[in-house]
Amino acid sequence: MTTLQIFFIYFAVMTTLSSILVITRKNAVHSVIWMLVLFVHIAAIYLFLNAELLAAIQIIVYAGAILVLYLFVIMLLNLREEDTKKKFLSQWPLGLITGVVFIMFFILILGKITVFPTPGKYSVEFIKSEGIMMTIGKVLYTEYLLPFEVVSLILLVAIIGAVVLAKKKIS
Amino acid sequence: MMDISIIVGTIVKIAIVVTITMLHVAYAVYFERKVIGHMQARLGPMRVGPHGLLQPIADFVKLFFKEDIVPSNADKPIFLIAPVISVVAALASLAVIPLWETFAIANINIGILYILALSSVGAYGIILAGWSSNSKYSFLGALRSSAQVISYEIAMGLSLVGVMMLAGSANLVDIVNAQSKYPFILIQPVAFFVFLMAAIAETNRAPFDLPEAETELVAGYFTEYSGIRFGLFFIAEYAGMFIMSAIAVICFFGGWKGPHFWILSHVPNIVWFLLKVYALIFFYYWIRATLPRYRYDQLMSLGWKLFIPLTLANIFVTGLVKLLY
Repeated sequence: MTTLQIFFIYFAVMTTLSSILVITRKNAVHSVIWMLVLFVHIAAIYLFLNAELLAAIQIIVYAGAILVLYLFVIMLLNLREEDTKKKFLSQWPLGLITGVVFIMFFILILGKITVFPTPGKYSVEFIKSEGIMMTIGKVLYTEYLLPFEVVSLILLVAIIGAVVLAKKKIS
Repeated sequence: MMDISIIVGTIVKIAIVVTITMLHVAYAVYFERKVIGHMQARLGPMRVGPHGLLQPIADFVKLFFKEDIVPSNADKPIFLIAPVISVVAALASLAVIPLWETFAIANINIGILYILALSSVGAYGIILAGWSSNSKYSFLGALRSSAQVISYEIAMGLSLVGVMMLAGSANLVDIVNAQSKYPFILIQPVAFFVFLMAAIAETNRAPFDLPEAETELVAGYFTEYSGIRFGLFFIAEYAGMFIMSAIAVICFFGGWKGPHFWILSHVPNIVWFLLKVYALIFFYYWIRATLPRYRYDQLMSLGWKLFIPLTLANIFVTGLVKLLY
């Protein structure tokens, strides 16, 4: 077993373990912390795929922005009484069955997927020589310029919407 | 196995860098007390050792052996782990900082993004410390601090975009090498100004030290901490100052490079690097002794309404100039 494999097994096991802990903790703040652990380990798994930019963005966007907002909202709610309530709703068997069915589907589909159909232009060597930021930047601003602009417009609308909702009166 | 030798080599490098940084942190506290003392016509620490030189060691021993008190209503596991998150996030940033051209623990292509990512993780230490203490002062301090850190992170990231555009890379070694003719401060003064202010806000230093405003919040998010866990927050703050200063030196002052004339070209690179870092650290102390604390709403409107538009304009102008020439 190579060192790389040992590291991969650690990160894979921790990713699974921490995601289970996220949904089983009663205290919502503890859930958020396990989610932080989860995000950091997912970022590490991106590194195994040579996607270092994606790893950094995973931490900056998910851990640095989205999860902090979760934490803010949870801290502002009063969750003391949540601790005393039952952990799951009464419909949990239904949810379990749905989940198991979906897992079966995924396992069935997984065998049908060819992982690397035909290698395209962006091989590992190409990205290493160009630099991952350069490669993604070029593709984003040439080939996918229109979708990129559309996404930024959608985000702008969301920002304006948030400001409108937060302001009580706009003079 | 070849892997093992790489791993051991890296661990040795990490041990050296962390130990040296810790010593620098200890003496940065001493340096601060001396500088501020003299600025206020006092002597600063004088009792322990000649001119108080052993004061940091005495302080450390005291903090280390004091009782570590956990408040009875605190969320114990989170209370215990929050200072550790702060310190780890601060010290992990050291991994990508090149002290001279061939020495960085990890010379990675996304250096700047890695630093930004870790500074956002550092905010968790503060928020969780404030929440888990179960005290109103801690909680208010944590809310203030996290809002402040998140707001100024945007300005800080945007101010470095201009540098990345000029260097054509986010690798810290490449950025320094791109400054071999002239340091970027000469062409990016606005970005440097915004970065410096954002760095002060990120590290919760005066005049943006509202999270620990003594007159209103006792000590802010670490009010309930004692002993070595209090010390860990202290280390995180000073290590954060070092990292922010190092980034400023790398991105705007040409990193380890010095002037190339006369005897000065024989001075080792690390000396130039540390001189520049300490000059910036002195600047931190200087404005702490000079400026009064900002009001919270002033701080927020400064960040969102002045710094962010300023950096966006800077990116636009930099891009325009780069396109034309």
